[in-house]
Amino acid sequence: MTAKTGADRFVEFDHVQKSYDGETLVVKDLNLTMPKGEFLTMLGPSGSGKTTCLMMLAGFETATHGEIRLDGQPINMVPPHKRGIGMVFQNYALFPHMTVGENLSFPLEVRGLGKSEREAKIKRALDMVQMGSFINRRPAQLSGGQQQRIALARALVFDPSLVLMDEPLGALDKQLREHMQFEIKHLHESLGITVVYVTHDQGEALTMSDRVAVFNDGRIQQLAPPADLYERPDNSFVAQFIGENNKLPGTVEEISGDKCTVRLDDGEIIDATPVNVSQKGQRTLVSIRPERVEFKPEMMPEGAHTVDATVLEVIYMGDILRVVLRVAGSDDFVMKMRNTLGQTRLAAGQKIKVGWHPQDARALDPI
Amino acid sequence: MADTTSTTAAAPLTTADGRSLKAALATAQSRAKRRALFLVLPLFLFIVITFILPIGQMLHRSVKNDGFSANMPAISAWFAENPAGTEPDEAAYAALAADLQAASAAKTIGVVGTRVNYDMPGTRSLFTSSARKSKDFVAPFKESLLAADAKWGDPALWGVMRQVSKTYSGNFFLAAVDLARDADGKIIRAPEDRRIYVSLFVRTFFMAGLITGICLLIAFPVAHLLATLPLRYSNLLMILVLLPFWTSLLVRTTSWIVLLQTQGVINNSLVAGGLLSEENRIQMIYNQTGTIIAMTHILLPFMILPLYSVMRPIPPSYVRAARSLGATSWTAFRRIYLPQTLPGIGAGALLVFILAVGYYITPALVGGASGQLISNLIAFHMQDSLNWSLAAALAAILLGAVLILYWLYDRLVGIDNLKLG
Ligand SMILES: Nc1ncnc2c1ncn2[C@@H]1O[C@H](COP(=O)(O)OP(=O)(O)OP(=O)(O)O)[C@@H](O)[C@H]1O
Ligand SMILES: [Mg+2]
Repeated sequence: MTAKTGADRFVEFDHVQKSYDGETLVVKDLNLTMPKGEFLTMLGPSGSGKTTCLMMLAGFETATHGEIRLDGQPINMVPPHKRGIGMVFQNYALFPHMTVGENLSFPLEVRGLGKSEREAKIKRALDMVQMGSFINRRPAQLSGGQQQRIALARALVFDPSLVLMDEPLGALDKQLREHMQFEIKHLHESLGITVVYVTHDQGEALTMSDRVAVFNDGRIQQLAPPADLYERPDNSFVAQFIGENNKLPGTVEEISGDKCTVRLDDGEIIDATPVNVSQKGQRTLVSIRPERVEFKPEMMPEGAHTVDATVLEVIYMGDILRVVLRVAGSDDFVMKMRNTLGQTRLAAGQKIKVGWHPQDARALDPI
Repeated sequence: MADTTSTTAAAPLTTADGRSLKAALATAQSRAKRRALFLVLPLFLFIVITFILPIGQMLHRSVKNDGFSANMPAISAWFAENPAGTEPDEAAYAALAADLQAASAAKTIGVVGTRVNYDMPGTRSLFTSSARKSKDFVAPFKESLLAADAKWGDPALWGVMRQVSKTYSGNFFLAAVDLARDADGKIIRAPEDRRIYVSLFVRTFFMAGLITGICLLIAFPVAHLLATLPLRYSNLLMILVLLPFWTSLLVRTTSWIVLLQTQGVINNSLVAGGLLSEENRIQMIYNQTGTIIAMTHILLPFMILPLYSVMRPIPPSYVRAARSLGATSWTAFRRIYLPQTLPGIGAGALLVFILAVGYYITPALVGGASGQLISNLIAFHMQDSLNWSLAAALAAILLGAVLILYWLYDRLVGIDNLKLG
């Protein structure tokens, strides 16, 4: 039973706070528990404290308050080189005066491994990232993507059970980034390692992670699997930060169980699911994903409320059509339509009615 | 298939109007090349005039000295005609007498005497006094000269005169390494009391090495601090590092005298604090210690700046990566940080060493007798003994040593790894 809790609580942040200057908290009361083998992504805007959290876990920054535990053991006082955590840096941090082989050999040498054992491990790690033939090159002779792979191999070569990655793909072009995302994910699965991954890129976070922690202002705003995060954001920040999102401010008109109606500021009534509201009369911001907005009555549930909308613009995007509407006085309401053969073509100036399933509209906290 | 490709590759490429591509390219570039040459020409002339010519002049001076041969043509001709070891005959004495008369009349006898005096101390007066009596010399000249001064019969003197009668000779280089030629022209060691240069070269290189080492030890942490401190503090520290450049070298050296002399600030404080008794005041200046302290201080910025310039761009993530890979902070420093600062260490050490080897003013002021370096002796020969050829030979040896050092550095570290700032 204890073994199970150990595996369930492999990495733990317990009421962790961090301040650099003694005046402002960069990390405010962070609580996080990760089971072994999980791929967890920290996602958030610049300056939200992601790197700081990673650095505290790696041991390069000390927590001002609270405890960090690794495999059940508090590690606040353990120096970085005894933590046994693999780390991939954003700028790769490959040692420029060493060859690829020497770079990979370094963590094994400091651990006192013999030559033959080192060679076997280096070969295995390089093969893992398909870079076996580059062993004698210097980092400067590699492309960005190749350096990235070597950095990855170096972080994995000494078999750490936890690997931290701080925006490892930030410097790569889109295509390579997508390819590397796939490879990292694949390595995670085949090696069974636990990964904490930091990124700016929400697409990356959603495609790779088991769970995503959305950071803002030194706090975790929501910690959930990607689908939950996208479809059921807990608050307005998460709703806006992840994916595209329509916001309709209003007041709760009626609330009963998991359904409510909201009166928009121009008097129209819409359906929504209460998330951060609990009583009638509260201000709220209703969030609806553009692809969940319907304009054909047969697609809407029975008795759904509809809102008047004016088509302002139809943007052809190939796979979808992006329709910009004026709804409830604002000009930035977006609806996405699949570009199918029978799809109704809308034109600018056309007046339509839009509606949605109540569970797709979430009544969140007002900003 | 292979044939067709090789023929197309072999056919010369031409421009649209049929000219050969190579020729077209050359004409297109020649004007740009001429213009570039025109731009660098003033700089090139400047370097030639201020750098190459003086060095060439110095090297030339180190092997050429016509102080004797130009003013004593007849006897120089006799030396040229008769092989070494020939007993000076009447013809030789006649030539000598004629030269002495001519030199006396032309008032160049002092130059001649000085030249011989370099190689055989105490002979200058022989020439000047004999020249004064030269009007009375009559045949047979041998008796006449020996009557004027018996030293004219000394075979050693004739050996020296034979040596100095050559306009070009390597004798100054021999002198610069404590060697000399005997009467027969064989290379021998200089007399015991005149062997000063080799030990001075050794001392100069040893002290320069020591100063370089001390500078490195002090500069490394300072440069590291400069490179890692937040900008606010590092700017202040940088000003402190550069401060010495804004004050006169003399003022700085003098302030060391004030601090270090036996009645100076440090000794006084130690005595006042009871750490030192009055009669045990430490001698810290006017000896090697003084030279080392003052020169380390003066040359320190030349070590700090190249180190700083290589340390600044080293991101902290390298050391962090090493630590996360399991290295202790010492291992991370030794295996990751230190190797990356090598170009700076090399550049700083080379710069400080070369500057220290040729340093003149500080040892002259605070070095006392034991803290003098080779440059002080070069200055002595330039200004006091006026033996410019020996000064040039000493300087040429110094230049040679520095060039060898440079070559060694290139072989070991690679000159393109040099980073001065
Ligand atoms: N060494 C430091 N000293 C003082 N303040 C720091 C230090 N490092 C980070 N900060 C501050 O802490 C806050 C969080 O920084 P952190 O690097 O954790 O953000 P981040 O989420 O990683 O941002 P990004 O996405 O831009 O990398 C920022 O406001 C930053 O200015
Ligand atoms: Mg960051």
